[in-house]
This record gives sequence, C-alpha cells and structure tokens, in this order.
Amino acid sequence: MNNKMVLKFNSLSENEAFARNVISAFILPLNPSVSELSDIKTAVSEAVTNAIVHGYPDSVGEVTMVAEISGNNVHIIISDSGVGIENLEEALEPFFTTKPEEERSGMGFTIIKTFMDDVKVMSKLNVGTVVDMMKKILPAADNM
Amino acid sequence: MEIKYNIAKDNLYIYLYGELDEYSAQGARQTLDNLLDANINTKKVVFNFANMSFMDSTGIGVLIGRYKKLKKIGIPVFIQSPGTNIEKILQLSGLYEVMPKI
Repeated sequence: MNNKMVLKFNSLSENEAFARNVISAFILPLNPSVSELSDIKTAVSEAVTNAIVHGYPDSVGEVTMVAEISGNNVHIIISDSGVGIENLEEALEPFFTTKPEEERSGMGFTIIKTFMDDVKVMSKLNVGTVVDMMKKILPAADNM
Repeated sequence: MEIKYNIAKDNLYIYLYGELDEYSAQGARQTLDNLLDANINTKKVVFNFANMSFMDSTGIGVLIGRYKKLKKIGIPVFIQSPGTNIEKILQLSGLYEVMPKI
C-alpha cells in the first residue's frame, strides 16, 4: 500500500494530541500492533513538542507533518521554520536539555530514536529543524 | 487529563487519567503540587498509571519535578500499574531508579 499526507498546524501545545490522532488514523490501514501504534504516536508527540517548545520559544509558527506509507514502511517528517538547534550533537544526547528550570527531561530525541527504526535530525540556526523518521510495521501475523 | 487521589494508611495514592503531554503538563503540575502540599505528612506517595492512555517525555519531566519536591521532605515515591507504552518510557528514562515500581 502507498499513501501520503501533509498536515500543517500552528505551534500550539493543544495540537500535539491532534497530530498524534492524525498519524494514528493515517497508519491504521497497516494494521499496526498496539505497541507499534503507541511507539509512533509517542515519537510524533516528541518531535511536535520539540518544534513547539524549542523551535518557536517566543512565537507561534507553523509545524508541518508529512507522512508516507510505502509497503509496510511508515515515513514521517516533522519540520518547523523556527530558531533551529545550536548544537545538534548535544541535543541528541540523553538527558540533555536547554530548559532544566522548566523540568524538562531531555529524553525527547532518545525516545524518538528508541521507538523508531531510523531517525535523522537536521537543523540550521534561524532556519528550522527537520526530524525524519521511519518505522516498519510488521505484518499482523508477526505481531501475535 | 484528570487527577484523583485516595489516602490509605497514611499513604497518598494519586490516580492519573488520560493523556499527559506538553498541553496538559502545566495543569498537572499545579494540581499535583497542591495535592502534595496538602499532604506533607504522608508516609509515601504512589502514582497509579492504570488509567493513563498516553504519556511522553514531558510527563517524565513532571514526575521528576514532583520527585525532587518530595525528596526534600523525605517522602518516598513509587509507581504503580503503568501500561506497556508508558512502561517503556519509564524504563528508558531510568525513572524506576528513583521511583520504584510496586
């Protein structure tokens, strides 16, 4: 099966649940297991939260989610045109956070990398950030 | 999300309902802090996740914040009944080292 969708929304935290629900509905025809579905929802939530909290810290901007299904693979790209990440290597480390005073765990990218099969993060200061992630949905028989 | 609680034998049981993400985190922090402030004489605090449908790393931050607050006044914190997806995040973040599962 091949399919593609594009969603654009404002960087408001109430849109996190919206993005999670959209991706769930989009991949449902692949018949993912409960665990696969929740992995993807969580990874999307983390990437969207990053865009909202860190991409647009002082303004409301636009977040884009592109999702593509090809065969059993789900490819999701979450991007923003926000402030970008100054030190990407540091940002990808577990427990690293630029906002410890806000009780942030610094686990976002670690969760994304653990829950998805393949993850690429690209960022440029004052241009924005792109989180590109893939996950293979196993055929239902293998999920039992 | 919704937060309910129950006090049994001087232990404070906190039941979390629904989804904990960036959107719900601010309200959850406030509600939890009010609840903890009103129960500083409790022996231990147990967070029950049985009715929680979703949590991401923002939730980990909320839990660590409450843990630090309780540690200062010597109250141990525990976790009860997380679903499979939340369990994965709790394990990955190492939260069980400071808030053991019972």
